[in-house]
Amino acid sequence: MSVILSLDNVGVRFNTAGAAQPAPAVDGVSLQVHRGEIFGIVGESGSGKSTLANAVMDLLPANAAVSGSIRINDREVVGLDDEALRSMRGDEVSMIFQDPTASLDPTWPVGDQIAETIRAHYPVTARQAKARAIALMGEVGIADAAARYGDVPHRFSGGQRQRIVIAAALANNPQLLVADEPTTALDVTIQAQVLQLIDKLRRDHGTTVLLITHDLGVVSMICDRVGVMYGGKLLETATTEALFANPAHPYTRALFAANPAGAPRGARLPVIPAEWSVESLREAELLRAAIGAANG
Amino acid sequence: MADLLRVEHLRKSYTSGRPWGRKPPPALNDVSVSVARGRTLGLVGESGSGKSTLGRCILGLTRPDSGAVIFDGVEVQALSGRALADFRRRVQPVFQDPFGSLDPRWSAGRSVRESLDCFGIGAPADRERRVLDLFDRVGLNPALAGRLPTHLSGGQRQRVGIAAALASEPELIIADEPVSALDMSVQAQILNLLMDLQKDLGVASVFISHDLGVVEHVSDEIAVMYRGEIVETGDTETVMTSPRHDYTRTLLAAIPRPRSSAPRRPPCPQPT
Ligand SMILES: Nc1ncnc2c1ncn2[C@@H]1O[C@H](COP(=O)(O)OP(=O)(O)O)[C@@H](O)[C@H]1O
Ligand SMILES: Nc1ncnc2c1ncn2[C@@H]1O[C@H](COP(=O)(O)OP(=O)(O)O)[C@@H](O)[C@H]1O
Ligand SMILES: [Mg+2]
Ligand SMILES: [Mg+2]
Repeated sequence: MSVILSLDNVGVRFNTAGAAQPAPAVDGVSLQVHRGEIFGIVGESGSGKSTLANAVMDLLPANAAVSGSIRINDREVVGLDDEALRSMRGDEVSMIFQDPTASLDPTWPVGDQIAETIRAHYPVTARQAKARAIALMGEVGIADAAARYGDVPHRFSGGQRQRIVIAAALANNPQLLVADEPTTALDVTIQAQVLQLIDKLRRDHGTTVLLITHDLGVVSMICDRVGVMYGGKLLETATTEALFANPAHPYTRALFAANPAGAPRGARLPVIPAEWSVESLREAELLRAAIGAANG
Repeated sequence: MADLLRVEHLRKSYTSGRPWGRKPPPALNDVSVSVARGRTLGLVGESGSGKSTLGRCILGLTRPDSGAVIFDGVEVQALSGRALADFRRRVQPVFQDPFGSLDPRWSAGRSVRESLDCFGIGAPADRERRVLDLFDRVGLNPALAGRLPTHLSGGQRQRVGIAAALASEPELIIADEPVSALDMSVQAQILNLLMDLQKDLGVASVFISHDLGVVEHVSDEIAVMYRGEIVETGDTETVMTSPRHDYTRTLLAAIPRPRSSAPRRPPCPQPT
């Protein structure tokens, strides 16, 4: 099985002005994503999922320092120059985010936004780009795509907007799609449809998907393999079946136990021990802020 | 046993803001539910289905166009003066992120204290001790009493919100998405706390959530809302195991359920 994305000992640190250096946001992460699979990264908030995804996409802000190695199709991304990155980003990888509204220009017909993305990467005529954009809108399940080509984003529902964003992300046939909480803002019934769409795309095109989520349910619905993150570290990696049948790490076990959807109705839910609690991770920082506010 | 809360044929439409715009469908369309003393009614539905509007109508914060909210045998809309103040003491809200309901300038302890003062609970000299009792009740470290909401975690803030709600010794809590903003591990703790309150204090609640997995866990009865209407209601077991309405079935099928035997798709074809 060929490897499309390979991370070796990846670390990300955000340099903050003054005061104590915070712990690294991503710490010593190594993993390999195989071509054609949907690989999930699951963890609670602040565990470093988005930072890791942004490191893969080279979308981190200037105050972030990345260490280790990130290879896409055997090409090193860390330290790659802007020119090379720009061409890679369009041709090999695409990213979608939680909030589809933020990825779309509110004043512009959605079809033109997709066509523009196509023309930025392929030497096609405006007419060809439009035809391809309509085909993509149809493919992601926008009914009557040709007629809706000229509609602006707010004429679409949240779920439809995320479909449009996916269509734009597919404009260049990316080999790797990085999706950061793509269904978190959607109602569950719509979430299920968008996940089915992502699954269908990888079946039809062999697109590899790196799917970031806080939701174990989403993982169980769509991922082939999954990595669990806590405090910037990758605690374990397993096939979805193995993870659910036999979680190896105490944190993963505690997280499963805390999920009410799996527990007997009305039973007290086992509480995550303090050493694995996201709240206790944050406590030092909050205490520092509280003392700072009291003194100054 | 007589119901603690009865909601009868509530209707509520919001005007669309734009006079020339199309009239939006009603936020509540002939909604009736009831809650017995000490019981939890789960209210589930997708966003925009009218859950929060119903919650606010019960609390008397939004005026319905027609229909009645009857608390302990008395129609809420008819209340005024002392009787209204008494109703507000007995029915308390808990919101998704108490950031909105906690005063950002007040410490956690002050927020709870204000609640005691406002409803005149206990002798003034006794109230500091009551604040600490309430902190204890909701599992908050008393050392956090001096902290501002911005210096508390989401779970701690929600505990302060619940402590402030409990201060008036309410008989009914209207909890609108109380765990939706919380991480899974923190959510479990808050759900445990809410279940304890029901068990230990006999507080009844209307538990509003878009998440059927959570609603199922804490509720004695479930009402399913869809586009301003209650499309199905019944005891939790019945609704979960033999849903009658199509929308409930869709909701059940879409609920992501981690199970040790996760339903698997056929393996993905390897591209050549
Ligand atoms: N731009 C940034 N500057 C400083 N710290 C950041 C920045 N982005 C994220 N962080 C910190 O990195 C950690 C991981 O954040 P993030 O990757 O967003 O987690 P997740 O996506 O799992 O919720 C957090 O402690 C967060 O505060
Ligand atoms: N203050 C308001 N003004 C106008 N429309 C509102 C207002 N509050 C809610 N609505 C509308 O009423 C409907 C029901 O909303 P809401 O009760 O908030 O639903 P839910 O809590 O289930 O998401 C939605 O269409 C919403 O847009
Ligand atoms: Mg994130
Ligand atoms: Mg609501």
